[in-house]
Amino acid sequence: MKSAVIVFPGSNCDRDAAVALERITGNAPHMVWHKDTDLPEVDLVVLPGGFSFGDYLRSGAMSASSPIMAAVKAHADAGRYLVGICNGFQVLTEAHLLPGALMRNAGLNFVCRTVPLIVANDETAFTRGYKKDSIIKVPVAHHDGNYFADDATLEMLEGEGRVVFRYGENPNGSLHDIAGIINKRGNVLGLMPHPERVVDPMLGGEDGVPFFSSVMEAV
Amino acid sequence: MKAHVHITLKNGVLDPQGKAVQNALGALGFEGVGNVRQGKYMEIDLDESDPAKARASLEAMCEKLLANTVIENYKIDLEA
Repeated sequence: MKSAVIVFPGSNCDRDAAVALERITGNAPHMVWHKDTDLPEVDLVVLPGGFSFGDYLRSGAMSASSPIMAAVKAHADAGRYLVGICNGFQVLTEAHLLPGALMRNAGLNFVCRTVPLIVANDETAFTRGYKKDSIIKVPVAHHDGNYFADDATLEMLEGEGRVVFRYGENPNGSLHDIAGIINKRGNVLGLMPHPERVVDPMLGGEDGVPFFSSVMEAV
Repeated sequence: MKAHVHITLKNGVLDPQGKAVQNALGALGFEGVGNVRQGKYMEIDLDESDPAKARASLEAMCEKLLANTVIENYKIDLEA
C-alpha cells in the first residue's frame, strides 16, 4: 500500500504516523508539505495530529484552506482513503469533508491519557480488523476534541452507522461519546484518539495496528 | 472602509469558557452575573468604498474562514 502524510506547520504526529505506516505496510509514506499542490498517487492520505498554525482562529481552520487541500479533496472524491487523526480530524471538519465541529473540551483541560475506545462499527475499511463492540486502548492528547453536531446530523450519523469509535469514558464532553466518524461513502474517517501511537508493544500497546492493516487489506 | 465582525457561538452550543468566566466573576464577588457567552471580534480594513460590495465580500469571508457556521453566528458592522 502506498501512503502519504501531509505536513502542516505545527504538525507534530507526522513522524509517528510515518513510523506506524512504514512498520505496518512495509513502505515509507511520502511526506507532503502543505504548500505543495500535487499529491503522489497513493491509496491512503493521513492528516496527522499536532497544532497546525498554532490552532489560530479555530483548530484546523487555517490548514483546511492550505494549498494541498484541493488535492486531498480530489483524492477523497476519487474514492481513495483519507484519515484525519486528532488535529487531522479537526481539519477534516473545517474542510467540510466530515460533518460537525470539534470544540473546546467541556472540562477546559488538555486531556492527555490512554482511554478505552469502543469499536462501534467494524464494517469500515479502517475497522474490519477489530470486532464490533470490542474495547481497545488508545491515547488521546487534545484540547479541542468535544464533538458537536446538530440533532439532525447526529441522528443521520447514528442511523447510517457512521459513528465508528466511541469513548468508553468520555474525556471531553463529546456528544454521543463520539470519538470518530466516517463519511457516507466510507473512505474518509476522522478520529481524535491516536492509533499511530499504539503500534509497538514497547510504546504501550498494539491496539492501533489493525486500524492501518485493515486499510491495507481494503486496498 | 473598516469592518467590525463579531463571531458568537450559536444558541444551544455549550460554551465551557463562558461558563468558567461566569464562575470566576462570581468568585471575585461580582453579584448578579448571569449567563456569559464568549466569542471573537475582528477589525478588518478593506479597500472598498461600496458598502454593499464590502458586505458581500465580508459575508463570503465569514462563510469560508472567519466563522465555523456549524457552531458560530457572525455579525458584520461597517464603519461609515
